[in-house]
Amino acid sequence: MTPPEAIPRGLWLRKHAAIFRASLAERMTYRGDFLLGTILRFLPMLTTILLWRAVYEGSGQSQLSNFRYNEMIAYLLLVNISRMFSSMPGLAGGVAREVREGTIKRFLIQPMDLIGYLFLYRVAHKITYIITSFIPYALLFGVCAGYFDQMPGLGTFAAYLLSLVIAFLVGFFFEASVGMVGFWFLEVTSLLYIVMTLNFFVSGHLMPLDLLPEPWASLLRLLPFQYMAYFPAVVFLGKVTGLELLKGLLVGAGWAAAFIAISRLLYSRGVRRYSAFGG
Amino acid sequence: MPIIEAQGLAKTYRVAQKKAGLAGAFKSLFRREYREVKAVSGVSFTIEPGEMVAFLGPNGAGKTTTLKMLSGLIHPTSGQARVLDHVPWNRDDAFRRQFSLVMGQKNQLWWDLPAGDSFQLHREIYSIAPAEFQATLGELTELLGVEHLTKQAVRELSLGERMKMELIAALLHRPRLLLLDEPTIGLDVVAQAKILEFLRDYHARRGVTVLLTSHYMRDVEALCDRVLVINHGRLIYDGPLAGVIERFSESKLVKLRFETHAPEELSEFGDVARKDGPLAELKVSRSRVAAVLAAVLERYVVVDVSVEEPPLEDVISRVFQEAEPAHDAA
Repeated sequence: MTPPEAIPRGLWLRKHAAIFRASLAERMTYRGDFLLGTILRFLPMLTTILLWRAVYEGSGQSQLSNFRYNEMIAYLLLVNISRMFSSMPGLAGGVAREVREGTIKRFLIQPMDLIGYLFLYRVAHKITYIITSFIPYALLFGVCAGYFDQMPGLGTFAAYLLSLVIAFLVGFFFEASVGMVGFWFLEVTSLLYIVMTLNFFVSGHLMPLDLLPEPWASLLRLLPFQYMAYFPAVVFLGKVTGLELLKGLLVGAGWAAAFIAISRLLYSRGVRRYSAFGG
Repeated sequence: MPIIEAQGLAKTYRVAQKKAGLAGAFKSLFRREYREVKAVSGVSFTIEPGEMVAFLGPNGAGKTTTLKMLSGLIHPTSGQARVLDHVPWNRDDAFRRQFSLVMGQKNQLWWDLPAGDSFQLHREIYSIAPAEFQATLGELTELLGVEHLTKQAVRELSLGERMKMELIAALLHRPRLLLLDEPTIGLDVVAQAKILEFLRDYHARRGVTVLLTSHYMRDVEALCDRVLVINHGRLIYDGPLAGVIERFSESKLVKLRFETHAPEELSEFGDVARKDGPLAELKVSRSRVAAVLAAVLERYVVVDVSVEEPPLEDVISRVFQEAEPAHDAA
């Protein structure tokens, strides 16, 4: 984020800290919804574990691609952590709604930046979400500890945390860019549905990209979507190391930067269009 | 230097046309037809610092579109404007810090949070010093009598209370220009009166420049000395409120009280607007008032007489009805 002109950096930070605090407070209002949502999230995981057990038993092999059964289950648990950082429910739809209902006006009238505002709002949501779901997740991982053959070392863990930050940035700015399409097409629900369904597959949320035949596996590893699910999980499992790991992190950061630029560009174009046609 | 200078502001919207029914909806998937609608066609005026001006006009006259151009929300199709010495649609931060736009039908406060939290957010957005913020907030909540409501979630407030909170949020950064679009819409009489009283007091205290739109004549009469009347996108009057009646109404109302019953033959003097026992009201064109009065007084015994302007509300609504028909481009 580049701070808007003519505001000293300190003030810019203070202003955004206030947005952050207000978002946090708003988020706390709906505690019940929150708790229920967190618990319900675990149910599909159980069926996924049972499904993959059947797949492995049926195949008669101890290893599919380069994943052993234990690693596969660990991977599927880990992509949930990745998605906890990279999924942005309501972000793109929210932008489109602001345009459609005209509430986008306040970002044009007040000295405030839409993308910066949404970003802090989202960070606040993610932090509350991660804090409140820490206990259930810890319980789950405790129960499933047997699937993790070895815990990552300090270096790998640091790289993992970094990859989660990248997952968040890529996830946020990708979906913000999709939301900006709302300036041109007021209703983006169908588009979002397609994007999210595809994303489930191409990000490696459904299964590791390695299981796909070539050239698909390599192709998908060239796209940014893997950073939202696949990449952090394989970093944790120690499947990407050394130079390969460094390259992965750098490319991921590059994708994040690219989507920051794309969302900015689309936003300024969108506002220009909005003020020329609508209002 | 004027606060607002508008020169030949015009805005044409392009509106997609859909034929009714399923077949029409299907057709418009492939080929859209557009119609151009001239919302505002060449409006020019100047507003000086400290003025409180009303923008009058029926729905769809172009009031809101003009306010949107002045606040930088939309680009004009043609024409120029300088507001607070900025071109509004460039949306410089320096410009945005100096004005507020309040729309009666849109809210800017966070729905689920107490208004106080939104105020804090505004403090940061506009970088208001804490001491100044406290002083302004104290003054505004006291003037509006809502000190006890700032800790309650906005969604739980009544419409009137919410409007008061919107006004506070809009004034926290002490804007030099306040644009109000239908600030009393949907409010009951008591809440409306309270808002009007507040706006009058605040204007007197701070000398803020105000441009407001409304189609409640009550708002306008209570607040503004000067009015801009707009209809079908054109400015048809710019001047003092009192002048509206002179300009648009050719007749005055002559009220008479006779000793006994009002005579039957009154209609030869003018339009009889009301006749009730000894009371009668005559609509007489301006130029004939003196002559009619002399004739009536000579012929009958009259106990009391007064000559009044017709109600502003009636005059204005006549102006809007009589004005030229819509001239949308094809």
